[in-house]
Amino acid sequence: MLSPVILVPAVLNGLMTGAIYALIALGLTLIYGVLHIINFAHGALLTAAMFAAFFTFHWFGIDPYIAAIGLTPIFFCLGYVLQRFIIGPAAHGEDRNILLVTLGLAVVIENALLYGFRADTRTINLPYAFNVVEIGSAFLAVPRVIAFGVVIVVALALWLIMRWTDTGKAIRAVAQEKLGAELSGIDVAHIYAVTFGLGTACLAIAACLLIPTYYVNPSAGNAFVLIAFTIVVLGGMGSVTGALLGGLFVGVVESLSGLYLGESLGQIGIFVMFILVLLFRPNGLFGEHA
Amino acid sequence: MLVSVAAPEGEPMSRQSLSVNRRRFLQSTALGAAAAAGVLQAPSVLRAQGAAVKVGILHPVSGALSYSGQQGRIGATLAIEEINASGGIKALRGAKLEAVLGDAQSTPEGGNAEVEKMNGAGVAAIVGGYASGICLAASQTAARYDLPYIVDVGVVDSIVSRGLKNTFRFGPGFGVIAKTAIDNLVTINDQANKTAKTVMIVHEDSAFGAGLAKLLNTQLPERGFQVLETIPHPTPTRDFNNVVLKIKAQNPDLVIPANYYNEYVLLARTMQQQKVRPKGIYSVLGGAASSYKFVKEFPEAAQFIMDCNHWFDPKNAKALELKKKIEAKGEFYTYEVYMNYSCVLLLADALERAASADRDKIIAALESSTFTGHVMPYGPTKFVNGQNQGAAPVNTQVVGNDIQVIFPAAFASAKPVFPMPPA
Repeated sequence: MLSPVILVPAVLNGLMTGAIYALIALGLTLIYGVLHIINFAHGALLTAAMFAAFFTFHWFGIDPYIAAIGLTPIFFCLGYVLQRFIIGPAAHGEDRNILLVTLGLAVVIENALLYGFRADTRTINLPYAFNVVEIGSAFLAVPRVIAFGVVIVVALALWLIMRWTDTGKAIRAVAQEKLGAELSGIDVAHIYAVTFGLGTACLAIAACLLIPTYYVNPSAGNAFVLIAFTIVVLGGMGSVTGALLGGLFVGVVESLSGLYLGESLGQIGIFVMFILVLLFRPNGLFGEHA
Repeated sequence: MLVSVAAPEGEPMSRQSLSVNRRRFLQSTALGAAAAAGVLQAPSVLRAQGAAVKVGILHPVSGALSYSGQQGRIGATLAIEEINASGGIKALRGAKLEAVLGDAQSTPEGGNAEVEKMNGAGVAAIVGGYASGICLAASQTAARYDLPYIVDVGVVDSIVSRGLKNTFRFGPGFGVIAKTAIDNLVTINDQANKTAKTVMIVHEDSAFGAGLAKLLNTQLPERGFQVLETIPHPTPTRDFNNVVLKIKAQNPDLVIPANYYNEYVLLARTMQQQKVRPKGIYSVLGGAASSYKFVKEFPEAAQFIMDCNHWFDPKNAKALELKKKIEAKGEFYTYEVYMNYSCVLLLADALERAASADRDKIIAALESSTFTGHVMPYGPTKFVNGQNQGAAPVNTQVVGNDIQVIFPAAFASAKPVFPMPPA
């Protein structure tokens, strides 16, 4: 019943949305890969970043894409400090403690935002938000195309960092063998914090890409983190490539199930897929080992 | 010696006085709360003027519906200010109205919680609710306390068909609105040589949108329209690309949206963005279709959109005066404003005739109301089972930078432009 005229744009739209999902999942999977914990504060930190992007536009009139340049290092530092001085020390070396600390952080951040900004749903209006790029029969919104491009660049940059820099090598070393890395002189606490910072910086970029077309309220980030979690599992825990491909895949699934099942049921597709993957490929589609 | 003795003595003393202060503080706040709760104590002190009558003003001023809620609050509080400025409720020795503001947070549960609080604060009646879901829940909770509840907007017909004696709706419900909308649509289409035959309905999936879509789905085929597809979406929705793609694929003559403000604007803008241009966009209670805000901010997306909705009486001097007043405040004159304004005036009229803030007497006065001092294009006010029989919507169309009334003829300021001229 659905012709290519709408199928192609729907798939393209899905890829665009999926790119942002992928970026959020990248942060989550990076932290998981190194610290071996699910960061429950991921959603709350995303919300915080969205508020930051919203208010830099609202108060100072700074375009979110430009704000990203400033917000990314700020959120990197925030993530670094959170891990180095709060999560790390509070965990006392126990993984399950880290889990609880991040959960606690999530509650604190969300409620602080709720207290500060109330439950209002806020949006910003950019003059170019409704401009389109024409690709064949599809009209793609400019902010989505920008988001797609930025995510690809960020993912590539992240991959290069992990592959070629000393820090990247250290991160991989800690992820593979913490004790061994420590014995060869790597400051594990520092690497943990850098990883957490990188994950949080991804969120700042994602927030700046989201805010031109999305809304923000104190629980806005949660919707994305559920999806990001699905992507992390789908792509194989801790895999950067897996997160990117998984994100794009989930975006397309969501878009198509939205098209076939209706907007109200659109996200069902994602979670059905999630359950199927857990049942049949618990290591994820791109996961290499348990 | 003396000095060193004085110092240790000083400390316990100051501690003592602190603890006394705390107790006093608690006592005084308890007294304050008691005084605030016991409204009836006041007249014994102030014989000259009747005790203020508390009125609950309930709107979703935060959350997804916050814009509409805030507009509603503006209308209601302005009416209260005007009543107080012109001497309050005369039958109650000039008693002032005192607004007890509540935020339903865009959810029925939020509405319920506020009704409980308002009841605790001793309000004589509640006005508001805005969304059907909130009105349904809040009026039911109010019914437990025999608390008169005047629905400002909520259009679902079950609001007034549950047999709740406390619940009154001044505006029209779905049934009337859908019937008027379809009658007028048929007339407009007939005048354009029946150019429109196929329809797609886009509606939000709560009580309001889903109920309306159901009504339209049964009534439109009877009147010769084919409903190609009905697309529900949640509130809030921040992406209408899929919906618009579906519209593009089906290419209907008419698109009928029934949703709240943000989603309506986004849908219209996405249609414009994806260059989807049916012969007409005809909304029934379109959240933004007859909103000056929408027309001012996105004139291109709004152009020629028709709507069957609540509207003020353009020939009523009071309505135009109110419009000036609202616009002078830098606000938009949206339907939430004048509907809430009219509902508060309706309540004030009932208070005058009841000559009492007693809840049962107010309900009796509302039941027998023939109120005429409102700003709506309604027939004579007469409540049957809580529904004002005189209430009716009008048809509007965005033409240029203004919104014109195109139906009914008695209030019309322009002729309909249909089908839409090509872009």
